[in-house]
Amino acid sequence: MKHPKIIVVGGGLAGLMATIRVAESGVPVDLFSIVPVKRSHSVCAQGGINAAKNLKGEGDSTWKHFDDTIYGGDFLANQGLVKGMCEAAPGIIDLLDRMGVMFNRTPEGLLDFRRFGGTLYNRTAFAGATTGQQLLYALDEQVRRFEAEDKVKKFEGWTFLSAVLDDAGICRGICCMDLKTMEVRTFPCDAAIFCTGGIGAVFGRSTNSVVCTGSAQSALFQQGAYYANGEFIQVHPTAIPGEDKCRLMSESARGEGGRVWVPKQAGDTRRGKDIPENERFYFLEEWYPKYGNLVPRDVATRAIHKIVFELKMGLVGEPAVYLDVTHIPAEILDRKLEGILEIYEKFVGVDPRKEPMKVFPAMHYTMGGMWVDNENQATNIPGVYAAGECDYQYHGANRLGANSLVSCIFGGGIAGPASVHYSRNLEQGCENTSPAVFERERVRQQDITDALLNQHKGTENPIAIWREMGDIMTENVTVIRYNANLQKTLVKLDELSERFTRINLQDRTQWANQTLNFVRELGNMLILARVITMGALARNETRGAHYKPEFPERDDANWLKTTKASYNGGKIKLDYEAVDISLIPPRERKYTAKT
Amino acid sequence: MADKTFIVRIKRQQRSDESVRWEEFELRYRPHMNVIICLRDIAEKPFTRSGTESTPISYDANCLEEVCGACAMIINGVPRQACSALVDDLEKPIRLEPLTKFPLVRDLCVDRSKMFEDLKRTHCWIPIDGTYALGEGPRMAPSTQEVGYPLSRCITCGNCLEICPKVNEHDQFVGAAIVSQVRLFNMHPTGAMHSAERLEALMGPGGIADCDNAQNCVKVCPKGIPLTESLAAVNGQVLVHAVKTWFRGNS
Repeated sequence: MKHPKIIVVGGGLAGLMATIRVAESGVPVDLFSIVPVKRSHSVCAQGGINAAKNLKGEGDSTWKHFDDTIYGGDFLANQGLVKGMCEAAPGIIDLLDRMGVMFNRTPEGLLDFRRFGGTLYNRTAFAGATTGQQLLYALDEQVRRFEAEDKVKKFEGWTFLSAVLDDAGICRGICCMDLKTMEVRTFPCDAAIFCTGGIGAVFGRSTNSVVCTGSAQSALFQQGAYYANGEFIQVHPTAIPGEDKCRLMSESARGEGGRVWVPKQAGDTRRGKDIPENERFYFLEEWYPKYGNLVPRDVATRAIHKIVFELKMGLVGEPAVYLDVTHIPAEILDRKLEGILEIYEKFVGVDPRKEPMKVFPAMHYTMGGMWVDNENQATNIPGVYAAGECDYQYHGANRLGANSLVSCIFGGGIAGPASVHYSRNLEQGCENTSPAVFERERVRQQDITDALLNQHKGTENPIAIWREMGDIMTENVTVIRYNANLQKTLVKLDELSERFTRINLQDRTQWANQTLNFVRELGNMLILARVITMGALARNETRGAHYKPEFPERDDANWLKTTKASYNGGKIKLDYEAVDISLIPPRERKYTAKT
Repeated sequence: MADKTFIVRIKRQQRSDESVRWEEFELRYRPHMNVIICLRDIAEKPFTRSGTESTPISYDANCLEEVCGACAMIINGVPRQACSALVDDLEKPIRLEPLTKFPLVRDLCVDRSKMFEDLKRTHCWIPIDGTYALGEGPRMAPSTQEVGYPLSRCITCGNCLEICPKVNEHDQFVGAAIVSQVRLFNMHPTGAMHSAERLEALMGPGGIADCDNAQNCVKVCPKGIPLTESLAAVNGQVLVHAVKTWFRGNS
């Protein structure tokens, strides 16, 4: 193929980076996104981006970053790509800096770095406490520049429905729906890169944005793509619980010296700021002296759970603990953390500079995702690539804070050129694919949509089904997992899937019908929920974020392996494959050491 | 005890060429509700106050923490983000309307692609040579970063255009958000090398000269961006640029 055509689905950090790399190589890109790409979920990343630039004279190195990442991920990540990512990270920071990201600076005009969880080094570059937003904007601006040069064409306001696969199972295009006209259309391409982000909506309320449903990943899974390590779900220790979403209070609050505590006396009804220092229990500092408040997220989350549910030492009136930054000078807070303090102030109505914040863990990130190979971000479907949160590489059983932004940019940066290389080596491109292949997929998708629009006897409300799915997933498939409860969850998902067949769309118009799109996503979410739950049920060990009190130890002999889910004829099957541990041999993961 | 309830009135329109109607919904009050939760409640039970079956409301929303810019709408007469509009703080009944300065899609959804087009027209980017390794970026004084960072937090919500008297059927002022972005890129060491092309894009009709200095924009910016400072700064840059260009043309 001399003149390949690439499609990127998703315009967050990974998708934009992939787009830039493809456009830069002279190949035209069509970029699809549900929302205008500048509104993608990457904007929600707060604290920063990791790179061992060693600008603080601490002797940090990319190998130490690599080791922290593998150790933090409890040895489940394949090591080759992680090493590559950590080595590329300093260059990625330089690139972002050249793109104009307003990173915080030192007096010398160099990039400032702060500490994050799971490391002892100041390795995290940051732009206030809205780093993801700043990075996304920088890439968005570069893509806009390519757009002005007609190298990129954006399709914003389109949702992905399925890949167009030919009879040999090779991806020849994608099928999408226009969210305004509700038109279902196919678009040919030689390779498609999926950067469709997280799956928070499967858990109802999470720290994720509304569009993070995992619908695209699930659709591809149902078309034959493997889904790997789905059971590894990160629950962030510090969020503000809310009925619509849980708003993240970045780890950077602790990176800048914030402390987590509860009153020593359970049931203490005084206001947090009125409780004297010696009557406070800084449980993370006490239990984990070396890392203190900056233990990895799975460790901090379980500690908070223990405080609240086992020791009954949570705050009065609600399941919560204090995250306290009141001892840090307001001037530093405003310069380094303003973005998150503003969120707390606006949504809770309390000034966190003066009173400790009340926080509780919330579903935050999926370490699992679409299976991709160990080199090219290629899925098992020829011509389908994945990068960013929607792939499963890089984070193993638990992601370290500030590693997500770097993995998005690194993965997107690989997927772009890899897809171009693949396309150039194709003997037959999409323009030689029979129109019947495209029409077949379009009709299949149009029929699903029409069936929903014509279903007049439905009785089930989509929001209600979604809420019930989210509630049971959050209760049974997040911090603590018991096999009996996971079994119950599968039964409940069966019930919800059955009720889903009797859904009442409530809106049958053919114009900007958001309910129609949501229902299609919901169908896909129900399948992904099952993949996650089945993976968790099968894995009888404790590793990273996957914690089973019935199996409290990591079990390398039986479970040092990647879960690989596949879908065939409506059935989900779990297989396993070996993890690449060729560089750092697994060792016990323990953050309780004193020094 | 009966649940405490409140009323939300919503301006609805199926399409821009169809008739406008107002619908009233009675919702059950819970602590910490925001306008997004109201809209979700309606989607779960889309019946008006009088019991007539209606449809879920179309609206844009994504991050729900006021950092993506999607959910701007007019709430009780003021353009703002729905996610950070807390029911406790709002006068009842709560009135929701779509932004009026952008083409309507449906109900509370509007098409703000004009803003993204204007960012393109004004070259709001740093023209890097490529993504390959070219070493570190330019050094920057912390004081410069402290001016630039707040500008770079603009979420392209469109509130400043909505409130601007110079954005109307006759005047097509580009709006404070775009001007402020021009200021941001012009202050970056690399961006400054290309400030002329941005300033020239702001010199014609709809450019900076159209600003009437009403100063409404800064009052509705959810991110507290000093928009009036940006307008003044860019206005100054455009004047200097115009004079320089004039001299060059006459020498």
